[in-house]
Amino acid sequence: MGQAVADPSPKVAGGDERLAQRSLARRLLSRPELGALLGAVVVFVFFSVVADAFLRAESFSTVLYAASTFGIMAVGVSLLMIGGEFDLSAGVMVTTSALVAALVSYQLTLNLWVGVAISFVVTLALGFLNGLLYVKTGLPSFIITLATFFMLAGANLGVTKAVTGNVASDSVRDMDGFSSARAVFASQLDIGGVSVNITVFWWLLLVAVATWILLRTRIGNWIFAVGGAPASARAVGVPVDRTKIGLFMGVAFCAWLSGMHLVFAFATVQSGEGVGNEFFYIICAVIGGCLLTGGYGSAVGAAIGAFIFGMTNKGIVYAEWNPDWFKFFLGAMLLLATVVNLVVRRRMEQSR
Amino acid sequence: MSERVPLVRLDGVGKNYGNIIALRDVSLEVHAGEVACVLGDNGAGKSTLIKIIAGLHRHDTGTYEVQGEPVVFESPRDALDRGIATVYQDLAVVPLMPVWRNFFLGSEKRKAWGMLDVDFMRRTTKAELLRMGIDLRDVDQPIGTLSGGERQCVAIARAVYFGAKVLILDEPTAALGVKQAGVVLRYIVQARERGLGVVFITHNPHHAYPVGDRFLILNRGRVLGYHTKDEITREDLTSLMAGGAELQQLAHELESTSRTVAEELTE
Repeated sequence: MGQAVADPSPKVAGGDERLAQRSLARRLLSRPELGALLGAVVVFVFFSVVADAFLRAESFSTVLYAASTFGIMAVGVSLLMIGGEFDLSAGVMVTTSALVAALVSYQLTLNLWVGVAISFVVTLALGFLNGLLYVKTGLPSFIITLATFFMLAGANLGVTKAVTGNVASDSVRDMDGFSSARAVFASQLDIGGVSVNITVFWWLLLVAVATWILLRTRIGNWIFAVGGAPASARAVGVPVDRTKIGLFMGVAFCAWLSGMHLVFAFATVQSGEGVGNEFFYIICAVIGGCLLTGGYGSAVGAAIGAFIFGMTNKGIVYAEWNPDWFKFFLGAMLLLATVVNLVVRRRMEQSR
Repeated sequence: MSERVPLVRLDGVGKNYGNIIALRDVSLEVHAGEVACVLGDNGAGKSTLIKIIAGLHRHDTGTYEVQGEPVVFESPRDALDRGIATVYQDLAVVPLMPVWRNFFLGSEKRKAWGMLDVDFMRRTTKAELLRMGIDLRDVDQPIGTLSGGERQCVAIARAVYFGAKVLILDEPTAALGVKQAGVVLRYIVQARERGLGVVFITHNPHHAYPVGDRFLILNRGRVLGYHTKDEITREDLTSLMAGGAELQQLAHELESTSRTVAEELTE
């Protein structure tokens, strides 16, 4: 049928055959997670061999916990990156979110759940502000969020010191709602005799939801489109500005969830915490196959990126190496992942 | 010429940007099942004309009628609602996204719970492209892996599927090689045969002549000629396009130069 319509010359048929042969390799390569998955296997095998303690169930639980604390943020950050933007304020926003909940509840002696709710509103408003500034000014999100990064970092310290006279918030451990909120945000669950932090499950849930949004909803289509070619997207009626603002708010939501974990895991919040973490989230997303230029990537990939991050982070400890080298490995992996991504994109964008 | 009501009719349309006259006294008819070619060199006013038809700009003088009704469009959305779709040369697709996602981008088909109806969209994309004569093995491949001509064709097929009655094609063959331009021209003919009115903007008379039914030649914002196909030959069109008299003078000059050269050689 198609042959009858298309030019049925032998040359075309030969071209089709070539395409069919290549399409298997290309289909594999076109999975954004592929590079990360290979990397995860390599890192896992490597630490299994060099660190005896690495393969124990408790160690694995610790690795997953480390992976989840960064992985939760990597979900929001990866969606934002697929949408073509950065958020450098993501790291300190977690601290801001935690501080808001802790300080407001303590100073006004409110039930901690009220603090949690206020923090939710404030953090999402911060994400909205990032998005609004980006959309209204048209400046690169790198600049906008660099500015909000510094402002939040300063405000975290300034407000905390002004309110408590200290660099950390007062302990909220004995306040109303602490135990119930702790159960939601920072409890340990017993899975087959191994204690696993609840953040691992929050993380997996977020990854699942984000994947569903990306691949099976209209908004997911828009996210890929605004990152890949915003002008084309606008031309066919995609609400580019709303999508971008929504993505910044998605990062803020993840920051709120991470912030709540901080509050209820440690009861006090160090106001200087979080600086530099934004790069770890970006590294997770990039290792997971998100393109820095946007339009391509996956939430599952970012989760694998976070898993690699967690394995490296804890694996170095189990191998009893000098943890000073951790960042060296991280940098090397980032370099490797970006090169793999580059190759993938070249293959995909090639014209026949 | 015909008693049918044209899908789009411009009569004496003009447009000024401040004190610059971008377009003056342009008339054009687009009928269903016909291709109206708009030709002109850079700066001739082609873009201004399509922006008026597409609803991006408003005309200052003259009348613009859609199916016999005078219209003044506020936005491209208005034009789209009247079935006038524009396919821009460089704004057609998102290269990294699969073909089917591109096809439905901005008009996604959904099931309950806001879920995308992926099966429907895959099937429809494949079927619609087949109707345009593109047989894609895999609608999941990123559209960036298609050739430039095929990408234009997907954008055209998309506009047709979403109810376009009039297609405005902004230089669809400009950035393409000879072969790929041929592919696009074939789809223009396909669209015409499916009963659409097509406005085909180009600066290449060799692309316009084989597919066109009417030819509007613009130069510096004015109409240089408006002809049906039986009134004009390819040669006339080419020379009109290149500035008519100017080209003849150039031909004479070249001829005399080559004669001098030939004389010198024989001596």
